[in-house]
Amino acid sequence: MTGRIADHPHAREPLPPDHEHGVFALEVDDLWAGYPGSPAVIEAIDLRVPRGEIVGLIGPNGAGKSTLFKAILGLIDPLQGEVRAFGRQVAEARNDIAYMPQIEEVDWNFPVSVREVVQMGSYQGIKPFASWTDNDGEMVDYALEQVGLTGVISRQIGELSGGQRRRVLMARSIARGAQLFLLDEPFAGLDAGVQHDLLGILDELVNKDRSVLIATHDLACVASCSDDAICLNRRVIASGPPAVVLTEEALSETFDRHLLTIGSLGADLTRGLYDEHRSEI
Amino acid sequence: MIEEIFGWFVDPYQFEFMQRALIVLLLVSVVGGVVGTFVVHKGLAFSGDALAHSTLAGVAIAFVNGASVGIGALVAAVATALGIGWVQGRSRVSYDTAIGVLFVAMFSLGILVISRRSQYTPDLFSFVFGNILGVSQQDIWGALILGTATLLFVGVFRRELIMVAYDPSTAATVGVPVNFFRYALLVLIAVAVVVALKGIGIVLVNAMLIVPAATASLLFRQINQIMLLAVCIAAVSSVIGLHVSFYANVATSPAIVLVACGMFVVALVTVSGRRSSLPLTEDATSDRVDMS
Repeated sequence: MTGRIADHPHAREPLPPDHEHGVFALEVDDLWAGYPGSPAVIEAIDLRVPRGEIVGLIGPNGAGKSTLFKAILGLIDPLQGEVRAFGRQVAEARNDIAYMPQIEEVDWNFPVSVREVVQMGSYQGIKPFASWTDNDGEMVDYALEQVGLTGVISRQIGELSGGQRRRVLMARSIARGAQLFLLDEPFAGLDAGVQHDLLGILDELVNKDRSVLIATHDLACVASCSDDAICLNRRVIASGPPAVVLTEEALSETFDRHLLTIGSLGADLTRGLYDEHRSEI
Repeated sequence: MIEEIFGWFVDPYQFEFMQRALIVLLLVSVVGGVVGTFVVHKGLAFSGDALAHSTLAGVAIAFVNGASVGIGALVAAVATALGIGWVQGRSRVSYDTAIGVLFVAMFSLGILVISRRSQYTPDLFSFVFGNILGVSQQDIWGALILGTATLLFVGVFRRELIMVAYDPSTAATVGVPVNFFRYALLVLIAVAVVVALKGIGIVLVNAMLIVPAATASLLFRQINQIMLLAVCIAAVSSVIGLHVSFYANVATSPAIVLVACGMFVVALVTVSGRRSSLPLTEDATSDRVDMS
């Protein structure tokens, strides 16, 4: 790793956790959201993402993880409830938030290059006749370097492998220079090695006081990498430190079945992996 | 021999109507190539067709009332574009179905208005099938103004249009006014349709948006290159089609569209032969990030 986020000249300093900027990176209170003409997908969601922590949001497919993200970001109008990022409305905190959608939500056949996608992350508003190079700061180079994609910058995005596609979207969110990262299923379908690399990038972010909310259905990932875990199945089933939250009872309620339990053996196993991962950095 | 070929290209332009036809076709090529690139990559081909057909209502109503048919077409197309934008993501039926309903409603309205006139109305039919040899000086000015406005808009808001077309959710999170540009893209398509309408005709106008851009997309992977090549393909098809129609005495717009479709097939065959040897993914090792 050649550079560090906070060392970077263009990276903004972390916001002070004071009254003006909120104690938490993200606060969600009694949030209800859904789509027009259907009942609410998520109900009465309360959650907190503390500064400098990774919070894992776990739940089965259809639990409303993506809907929650969209409601937090204002992409769908909440039916009820409040969302604050750094003590402000999300619309006002836009430059401090980076979003990484699921890779299925992006059109990979679109004729843009890897570099252009990352440049989209550093978009700062309408500027007539601007080209992509106008967004191109050192943050773009830096983000590409962080995810190890400097060798493929001029490729059309459809030529990338699954792991590279996730890393392009990760780089786009890093190029935002944001304080809070909302990552929707960043690990789905990745082999252990690539997952390990992405976890390294996240660790790097939180070490620099960035905050991360990850939606995933991968239990082992939440158990090993997050400071806090939230079990979601349309409403919050349990929340707190992974070791406390990931109980057989909470998990079977979250996943609606008794198949998936992580038990003490599983927890030890993932903890071991995590320590190994930590020691390598 | 060389003189003959030269003559084949130059002789038709001793006629003023051929000069006017060429100017309009070149304008159509530029606007169609640029806007068509968005149409193809955003999957808006059906919307383009619906916009083209909807203009019949505006043309017919303007014609019957003695107003400018060009303005009638523009009003109908823009109104339909806004209607399509409104329906997107809002209706209880699928997007395709909603556009289908809008499309036939506007087209039927046009036919209904025309049917009230007892006499044959050749002017109106030149809008349906296109009459590039009948474009007036005024038509050229109209196309020039609308075409320039379209290109200026795309130039000014290039990044925003691409971001909204590529990944609207993330574009919204970084502060792009996504809804405005979603509507704007539909209005751009509507305007491009109107630019080409008199020359190419309602039935085939969508081809000038789709075929050159689709051909260019087979050959290039960068949006700028695709736009540029689409404009060139449209211009070359237009010139060849215009000459074929002049010498063979056949209708111009189908000749142009057939030339463009021929180029598409050639590109498709060329690329399918080549693709198999193209490495689409890298070796697995490059999937790892160097963490040292």
